[in-house]
Amino acid sequence: MIEILEGRKDQVYTKGSSQKFVCDRKSLTGSVSQRACAFCGSRVVLYPIADALHLVHGPIGCAVYNWDIRGALSSGPQLHRNSFSTDMKELDVVYGGEKKLEASLIELIDKYDPRAAFVYSTCIVGVIGDDVERVCKKVAQEKSIPVIPVQSEGFRGTKKSGYQAACEAAYRLVGTGDTTEISEHSINILGDFNIAGETWMVRDYFKQMGVEVVATITGDGRVDELRKCHGASLNLVQCSGSMTHLAKLLERDHSIPLKRVSFFGIEDTAEALYETARHFGDDQIMQRTQELVSSEIARIMPEIRRMRKRLEGCKAALYVGGAFKAFSLVRALSNLGIKTVLAGTQTGSEEDYEQLREICDPGTIIVDDSNPLELAKYVLEKDVDIFIGGVKERPIAYKLGIGFCDHNHERKTPLAGFEGMLNFAREVYATAVSPVWQFAPRRSAWREESAS
Amino acid sequence: MIAMTEDLDTNRYKSGATCNACKLCTPLGACMVYAGIKNCVPILHGSQGCSTYIRRYMISHFREPVDIASSSFTEEDTVYGGAKNLALGIKNLIAQYHPEVIGVATTCLSETIGEDIPGIVGEIKRGLTSKEGVELVQVSTPSYTGTHTDGFHATCLALVQEFAKEKSHQPENASRTVALFPGMLSPADFRHYRELIESLGLECTMLPDYSDTLDGGAWADYHRIPEGGTSKEAIAAIPYALASIECGATLPHYKQTAGRWLKQRHSVAHHATGLPIGIRETDSFIAALEHISGKSLPAYLDAERGRLTDSLFDAHKYLFGKRVAIYGDPDMVIGLTSMVSEFGMTPVLCATGGKTPGFKEEVERVLMLKDEPAPEIVAGADHVNIHHHCEALQPDIIIGSSKGYKISRALNIPLIRVGFPVHDRMGGQRLLHIGYRGAQRLFDQIVNTVLDQKQAANEVGYTYL
Repeated sequence: MIEILEGRKDQVYTKGSSQKFVCDRKSLTGSVSQRACAFCGSRVVLYPIADALHLVHGPIGCAVYNWDIRGALSSGPQLHRNSFSTDMKELDVVYGGEKKLEASLIELIDKYDPRAAFVYSTCIVGVIGDDVERVCKKVAQEKSIPVIPVQSEGFRGTKKSGYQAACEAAYRLVGTGDTTEISEHSINILGDFNIAGETWMVRDYFKQMGVEVVATITGDGRVDELRKCHGASLNLVQCSGSMTHLAKLLERDHSIPLKRVSFFGIEDTAEALYETARHFGDDQIMQRTQELVSSEIARIMPEIRRMRKRLEGCKAALYVGGAFKAFSLVRALSNLGIKTVLAGTQTGSEEDYEQLREICDPGTIIVDDSNPLELAKYVLEKDVDIFIGGVKERPIAYKLGIGFCDHNHERKTPLAGFEGMLNFAREVYATAVSPVWQFAPRRSAWREESAS
Repeated sequence: MIAMTEDLDTNRYKSGATCNACKLCTPLGACMVYAGIKNCVPILHGSQGCSTYIRRYMISHFREPVDIASSSFTEEDTVYGGAKNLALGIKNLIAQYHPEVIGVATTCLSETIGEDIPGIVGEIKRGLTSKEGVELVQVSTPSYTGTHTDGFHATCLALVQEFAKEKSHQPENASRTVALFPGMLSPADFRHYRELIESLGLECTMLPDYSDTLDGGAWADYHRIPEGGTSKEAIAAIPYALASIECGATLPHYKQTAGRWLKQRHSVAHHATGLPIGIRETDSFIAALEHISGKSLPAYLDAERGRLTDSLFDAHKYLFGKRVAIYGDPDMVIGLTSMVSEFGMTPVLCATGGKTPGFKEEVERVLMLKDEPAPEIVAGADHVNIHHHCEALQPDIIIGSSKGYKISRALNIPLIRVGFPVHDRMGGQRLLHIGYRGAQRLFDQIVNTVLDQKQAANEVGYTYL
């Protein structure tokens, strides 16, 4: 029997109970959190900006573990898929890494001609006190491109603090580009990272609706798009945990309203498009949106209905980074006839969990900043059929002989939009109906059976 | 549209910057070793990210649960020290995992703020009661010194220094036991090591042994810690072992190793060999075992050697002079170089990510055709650098981890995946490299890759080769 750690008891909640629920706190030491650090938060958010140099200032580890880690596609440059590091050694730690940072920046900018450079501070840089800001300023002047420090020392708060540092860094570019050509009916899409080409799919919807997309931040991102994104009339924020901060800065300084949306699931995708159309109050846009939504739904529903017949009654566990995705997944799963019995996030906020509680059925377990043992405990207790998570959750499911669907940044199949919902249903179907689980030790005791 | 190639200037950077490293950080090596200790959970004393990154990296290769705790440093801990956090982390680990061993490894953060880790760990140890039944071991692994390979060997040394410090009581089977330091190889390799040793009537304490923990079967119930691994009692009995064998060609160039320490402290006979990859390095390993046991290799394993040499004769013309680029962990590169050299192939590039002592000498030692042009031997290479060399050298085959896929794809040269990590194929944990059997498997794969190229490039489409 797996016990919940004393220090984590109020981060686990059963819907319908009167338990206290707490979130938004630092990970309990020794609990084996599934979260990474502030550095990772910054790195994943800025990663898809494809024409920038992303230089990790620190020893090799921090850089090497995120080399080509995200399936964030670019339609042009691929510079972001490399892992650049100042590869600090002992002497750099003793005497300071500023010289090496400066030399590295100059050399790499000369070689790769990026439109901007981001310099990520790792733990050690924060400790030895390198003046990264000064070096960046100097190199920016010399090379005439923006060189932007990212305050992403791993120990600075949680992964969420890293998101904020990334937003601050990206915001340094905003407002420096020309916005005269931008139309009135224009948006930025924030918090879609073009995993498996999802940004392209979403972008295409807006094109069909007659809405201009100024910048996709940061999926298939470009430095020049960020520079002029303050010219858009509306910000759609998808991964709210990572990007709300940037949207709020744009609201504060450029009076751009923001709407939290999601492109996962049929209802959420449709609502995101309708909400945008309503915002512009243009009949033609609304009409085109209605046409788009109804034709897309008509296209995907027959196959989804067919799969639903088989999936009806299955139970799912989901553990994802941010809460907004969790809401969409609960709804998308319910479209497939699947009940969510365990839902959790790494970085959800109080309001997020409030909403998650509302849409979940009584008895559903809700966990914040969970760990492998807790997840395994509830997966077994609730007798889950499908686990939806990322690479770190995958072995929990597979080891127990439970279906799994990767909804994290390594996925290779687009799961956003209407087409994405169909892909998601196919993924869930493939894992739920596979015959392999019949061989799971939990389901059958082959020795006894073959002996009889 | 996705543009798939990026025009990277592939020369090495003068600034000392690295792009697409061919090495991992020191704490990863520590975590690999701790994964091979029975009922052990590692805790990294540093930021949360170190643990999570290493977990993700190992899970993507082994496709098994890999739990690594963190002392989760905050800004405050960075200023005032993380001792309290580590103590609480260990307490929580005990409560959740009921481990017998907790393996502490440091990170650049905890090392740089000047924590007295041995002191802190000592204090935590004194606070543990026998009821908790857990032992602590710690190793210093700041990521700015060395690579994962160094972290691996340092952790083996730390474990013997902790658990085999004094001679405790002599176990019954000690006179037949060999202490094996196998190097950072696959679970399949570890299983074969054990088979070889046991085939000579010996028993084996392997440090580490993650053959089950990182390549186990499906579970009926969730296991807090995967079963398997070398117990602390087995490590404590090593001072009574018949002998130790330490595999890794560069290890004799290290200042200190677990095997040499055992010899100095407890007079355990010490044998140093390369990783037993290819015929000659396996022969040396078997010779050491025969020497220790006084017995000969059983006929069925000798027959494996026979079949291997027979197949070499059959195929030697297809492989002679074929150019091979090899990169990866230093001892693995040396072993593979030795092996392909035996096949009659020409190693043109032997590259490793760290500045490992002895790397060049050992590569030169294993080359068979001394009158052929020598390969480029590069220590401190990154994948940009390796790309550059491959472009210039145009090898027929590349051998290394899956991280060379980009080079293979860009240059249209087949990649034979070996070692760690293999992130883009199934079964990285089951890749057998060692022994005659491992060489046979690699031989078949290599020669068939060459035949495949030959066949595909030929207009006639030969059906007999």
